[in-house]
Amino acid sequence: MAGLRELYQEVILDHNRKPRNFRRLGAPTAAAEGYNPLCGDRISVELEVEGDTLRDIAFQGSGCAISKASASMMTAALKGKTVGEAAAAIEQFRAMLTDERPADASALPGRLAVLEGVREFPIRIKCATLPWHTLRAALQGRGEPVTTE
Amino acid sequence: MNTDRWDVERIRKDFPILNQEVHGRPLVYLDNAATTQKPHAVIEALERYYATDNANVHRGVHLLSERATQAYEGTRSRIRRFLNAAEDREIVFVRGTTEAINLVAQTYGRRMVGPGDEILITALEHHSNIVPWQMLCEEKGAALRVAPIDDAGEVDVEAYERLLGPRTRLVAIAHCSNALGTVLPIDRMIEAAHRQGVPVLVDGAQAMAHVPVDVQALGCDFYAFSGHKVYGPTGIGALYGKAALLESMPPFQGGGDMIKAVTFEKTVYNDLPYKFEAGTPNIAGAIGLGAALEYLDGLGRDRAAAYEHDLLAYGTERLSAIPGVRLIGTAREKASVLSFVVEGAHAHDVGTILDREGIAVRTGHHCAMPVMTRFGLAATTRASVALYNTREELDALCAGLGKVREIFG
Repeated sequence: MAGLRELYQEVILDHNRKPRNFRRLGAPTAAAEGYNPLCGDRISVELEVEGDTLRDIAFQGSGCAISKASASMMTAALKGKTVGEAAAAIEQFRAMLTDERPADASALPGRLAVLEGVREFPIRIKCATLPWHTLRAALQGRGEPVTTE
Repeated sequence: MNTDRWDVERIRKDFPILNQEVHGRPLVYLDNAATTQKPHAVIEALERYYATDNANVHRGVHLLSERATQAYEGTRSRIRRFLNAAEDREIVFVRGTTEAINLVAQTYGRRMVGPGDEILITALEHHSNIVPWQMLCEEKGAALRVAPIDDAGEVDVEAYERLLGPRTRLVAIAHCSNALGTVLPIDRMIEAAHRQGVPVLVDGAQAMAHVPVDVQALGCDFYAFSGHKVYGPTGIGALYGKAALLESMPPFQGGGDMIKAVTFEKTVYNDLPYKFEAGTPNIAGAIGLGAALEYLDGLGRDRAAAYEHDLLAYGTERLSAIPGVRLIGTAREKASVLSFVVEGAHAHDVGTILDREGIAVRTGHHCAMPVMTRFGLAATTRASVALYNTREELDALCAGLGKVREIFG
């Protein structure tokens, strides 16, 4: 069970049970839809960008514990950050899960580094990255839904 | 029938892949609806063909080509007997069920279906028995009609009969649902279609290994299946079609082997079944499929079905007793499949935890997204049994679900 305990850490299970910022925004300035056709996970990310700042960020959707926790922790970590900081976090998160020799994950804001255990479960990496692909699409103002494929 | 005499331990030894550990646990393979494992007999048939007989079929004058052709055509005869078709020429080799259905859609369908016509399917179909018809309907301005299912996952046969109308040109239905395990009452459905003069294609992908099939008794016009779901290799399957229908259809693909004579002005197409088999076929695959059907016949198809039925009943009882586990698909007639959801845990997480316990299951929409939508679900976990599974393996599945509750409880 060692691997599983790494994957399903208490903080991840907590975000799965009680996802943060799991709501719709009143007046989003940007939004995007994400979809994983392999497992049917769907997520929408909404942003309220004011000047250069992510004043608010929220998500909705259905998915597994990993995608839900990743989305929840992402919104918690990035609220109030600048667009540039969010873009850097997207890249750091991707690198943590998919680079052959990832840099130190502790540079990531919030508790996001606990998702590093997903590396050991290659099939589940797309679950963790789906909210981040969706966030990137929202920041880039892309209207088309993004998919993991 | 006394299923105690089914010597499953001896049968398991015929499947070398089963004898291994994954993540430090004995492999419990319960993903048979996705693909079945292969017995030594199949693996050896492939090796023997490549080691001793490899040659192209239907062309060489030399001995190897003769042996390859004999083995290839021998499989055609075996499939004919297995399905109880009337003639060998009614058996067309294809890559699998998907190609078989596309073949019918692109030949029979394109010739017979026009604007305003209808094709009737059920709400239980696999994407491969939906999308080819949607493509055809779009091209022809025809409409796809869908017979509904109830909360148990059974087709509403009366609604189906009402949907059979003067514009229905073809019925395409699964013999057995891959997502829920429902065995459809296809004899009654075929009879109803025939009363209206409508031909019926049966998608037998999921049924072939688990439910006895007799195409003449059923009276179906087409029956499609994949070799890899009946203990054979991937990339090979067959389409059964009534000879008169196949004769009336234009060819599917053009190329070698499907012709009698070619000039730049005109090509004379070959006789059945070669008219539908353009290009060098999957000869090794066909020979492997022949070995798989021979293996299954040797064990006894009826005995295998009875043993699996007993396993399914046991699994249904065990899973139903676990708090928080809900079976999806509770039809009276089922085969092989236990589809379920676990309260508070997404199917994907269930699948990952079971995998670490050595248990292979499928999670997701099972290429039947409309079925998931019907039940208001994004995904289920699906355990599917085959003739080599045991009650102890279903016990391991239940213990694995205990781990799921430990983590997500």
